Amino acid sequence: MATTSSRWAATRLVWAGLLLFVLGASSAPAADVTNDDCLACHSDKTMTTKRGGRTVSLFLDGKKFGGSVHNALSCTSCHADLEGKDLPHDAPLARVQCGTCHSDEQKQHAASLHGRAIAKGDPLAPHCVDCHGNHDILPVKDRHSAVAPLNVPFVCGRCHREGTPVQLNRNIDQHNILENYSESIHGEAVLKKGLIVAATCVSCHTPHNILPHTDPNSSINRRNIAATCTKCHAEIEEVHRKTIRGELWEKEAHVLPACPDCHQPHKVRNVYYSQGMADADCMRCHGNEKLKASDGRSLFVSAAEIAGSRHARPRTQATPVACSQCHSEVNASRVRPCETITHPVDCSKCHEQQGQQYQRSKHGQLLAAADKTAPSCKECHGTHHILDKQDPESPSFSTNVPTLCARCHREGQKAAVRYTGAQHEIVQHYTESIHGKGLLKSGLTVTATCTSCHTAHMVLPHTDPESTVNPKNIPATCGACHHGIQEQFVESIHSASITQTEKALPVCSDCHSAHSIRRTDETGFKLDIMDKCGRCHEEIAKTYFDTYHGKVSRLGYTGTAKCYDCHGAHDIQRVTDPRSHLSRANVVATCQKCHANATRRFAGYLTHATHHDPKKYPFLYWTFWGMTTLLVSTFVFGGLHTLLWLPKALEMRRELRAEDARADAEKSGAETGEKDVASKDGDHAG
Amino acid sequence: MRPEREFVRFTRLQRTLHACMIVSFLSLATTGLTLKFSYTGWAVTVSRLLGGFQTAGFIHRSAAILMFGVFSAHLYGLVRLRRGEYKSWRALLFGPNTMLPTRQDLHQFIGTMKWFVGRGPRPQYGRWTYWEKFDYFAVFWGIAIIGSTGLTLWFPVFFTRFIPGSFINVATIIHSDEALLATGFIFTVHFFNTHLRPEKFPMDTTVFTGHMPLKELKRDKPLEYEALVASGELESHLEEPQPEIVVRTIRAFAWIALSIGFSIIVWIIYAMLFAYR
Repeated sequence: MATTSSRWAATRLVWAGLLLFVLGASSAPAADVTNDDCLACHSDKTMTTKRGGRTVSLFLDGKKFGGSVHNALSCTSCHADLEGKDLPHDAPLARVQCGTCHSDEQKQHAASLHGRAIAKGDPLAPHCVDCHGNHDILPVKDRHSAVAPLNVPFVCGRCHREGTPVQLNRNIDQHNILENYSESIHGEAVLKKGLIVAATCVSCHTPHNILPHTDPNSSINRRNIAATCTKCHAEIEEVHRKTIRGELWEKEAHVLPACPDCHQPHKVRNVYYSQGMADADCMRCHGNEKLKASDGRSLFVSAAEIAGSRHARPRTQATPVACSQCHSEVNASRVRPCETITHPVDCSKCHEQQGQQYQRSKHGQLLAAADKTAPSCKECHGTHHILDKQDPESPSFSTNVPTLCARCHREGQKAAVRYTGAQHEIVQHYTESIHGKGLLKSGLTVTATCTSCHTAHMVLPHTDPESTVNPKNIPATCGACHHGIQEQFVESIHSASITQTEKALPVCSDCHSAHSIRRTDETGFKLDIMDKCGRCHEEIAKTYFDTYHGKVSRLGYTGTAKCYDCHGAHDIQRVTDPRSHLSRANVVATCQKCHANATRRFAGYLTHATHHDPKKYPFLYWTFWGMTTLLVSTFVFGGLHTLLWLPKALEMRRELRAEDARADAEKSGAETGEKDVASKDGDHAG
Repeated sequence: MRPEREFVRFTRLQRTLHACMIVSFLSLATTGLTLKFSYTGWAVTVSRLLGGFQTAGFIHRSAAILMFGVFSAHLYGLVRLRRGEYKSWRALLFGPNTMLPTRQDLHQFIGTMKWFVGRGPRPQYGRWTYWEKFDYFAVFWGIAIIGSTGLTLWFPVFFTRFIPGSFINVATIIHSDEALLATGFIFTVHFFNTHLRPEKFPMDTTVFTGHMPLKELKRDKPLEYEALVASGELESHLEEPQPEIVVRTIRAFAWIALSIGFSIIVWIIYAMLFAYR
């Protein structure tokens, strides 16, 4: 007992309890123990016993048993050792031998991996009850059965998944079995699509006759695997290019590739071929540099290019991706196997997710509409020389992405001429933006490129609600990198999750723009921001410009308080909100950011005041009009005084001129008399 | 031939203070108005020419200190005047040459009005006419109002220890409108009254040179002239004219100041009439 697991202890206890019960019932008049006799004790939910220091329930749910496939049997049919015993019986009872009835299964199990392990005394080895349960065993066809197809992966997975004692301590050379299975085409069909005819563990491994693949009798042995797979994939040999005469696969299994050589076990996917057709077959023609199509295109394929590409060392298979895996319509039985090709390469056969996204994207939509300018995979990724996006040589490496997209989206190029929106010169703007500079000047590969915002494959116009650049999604898109900002923003008054309104709420790009995003500590940004806020907050922006801060910033000075200096940038709240920078509790500290010793009274300064509103700011209004009255009256008085004076002053000027002229004449007359003889020329000149 | 000697109307201190006042006032007006009319393109340009808003602010405050200095120096000059020429405050404040308004000023104002409308002769003015006294006290008033509100705006944190924050808004309006009044008045009425009257056009340099031709004294300030003749002190108030180079420099300075003043007036009119918001 001490060596068996506690689960076993529990199971045995139940058996034991039942046995006792049956014995007890049979003890009184005759030796016949009825089920009711057993349930007399075991229907008590509180019935427990101590085993190995643990309290174990001996309760038996009569209802469940009644619903089980064994309901017609008496307890003693299984707990045979209770037959003819007195009740209550001694504990524990012997293990139930299912093989009494299920002899074939019992035999297979005994010969299987599991059975042999039990024989060796392996405490981890499973008995019948571990998979099938005990009193509540349902028919296999019942979908609640523990071994119904949909439940099988979970039953097996209890032991055969990462981290279990079985997987850790026993020699099993497959890893991540359950995970891989669940992602495989079989697993997806069973677990996601509920297809009960799809292969589960037992379809390949058999339910009871589970043997290691090295065993010649194993259903998954190389010799037998074709037969195992063809149980379901009956015509698969036909499908496999009819090159293998039906029987060859099974007869010459040691020569021919077996199913799992291409379709890896547990990872089975329709596309995980390794070598369909030998690449050398293709290169026999396509290695010729002069090979040309009828329209003049070169059909030369550089083996070196392929060897350097990502497909030469794929993640998903051990061997390089073969020509025929992409050019899948080849028929190796032809002299020119490629003559059967009717469709372009479909990358989505392997890159399924990307393919789906692409089809949804604007690029994909254009392609579907047979638009000649539509880019397909190869326009961006190339063909035979595809490189990983981590490779700096790759056109999809982050620093190369702007150039890649610019091929079509630069002004005048095919995508740009089609575009009717407001974003122009995007490539140039991006290059000058903080992202562009970060990426291209500072070489910071984590900086946002085109694909960071627009995604690589699901590029959609901003009007599409699914687009990452749709206003609704922009905070999340920018938040992918600027997460801290997004956290603030979603709590702010501008966030759609906080404010329910018909009006358009601002998102990142409304203040920061899309492609020409500037550093926020640049003068231009700081001065523009007030107009940006003013686009919606018209009145309040106007009055801001009526007060000191606004006037100063109009003059181009950035050191003064701008909208966000007081209201916050991303964490803007209603001023009545206690979290607001301008709430009663915070406003003084906000002023103190610039005005070091500001007091609460100081904070009473009206930053949006206007002297044009007599109701809201009466004293400003009356001060203004008082001053204006003073001004006007002073000017009227001074002006009138001056105007009245003017004619008199002009008159005086004339008189003075005349006087001066007379005086000059007298003077010159006197002088002329004196100098008359001396200079005649001077007289003429006068 | 010896040039005709001229009457000394302003002392060296008074002339210096007036020149300093011009420098200070023009600086204050230019820099201040850029802020007041910040919504015009002109303001932005001028502010940039001055070296940006911060420099403009620095100039404004420096000029304000100069203005306070001028004001203090003038008060000091008055004290000196009492000790020297007048001997007592009474003589200074209530003598015939007082700056304080008198009954005679009222009579002369009425007489002037009559003269303007052709109902009487030009009144016989003394040393200070009533409009000169008005200008003089306008400066007192202006310095008190603009100076106090200006200090409030300069040190808002300090002043809001005593007054509510919204008084800063009030101070802004008063400071700015009073400044508008001062600039507007100085650059139009004052310029006309004292420098640009047709009979003196284009420039009366008395306040810069300190000298006034005797003929002009007889004509414009007959009461003072007669008093000086009667007391026999006239001779002691006459001096040789300023050297030609000094007069030329003064004229250049005065013209620059006048042009700046007129430009400001044009700017104010443009801002108030065509760009007002």
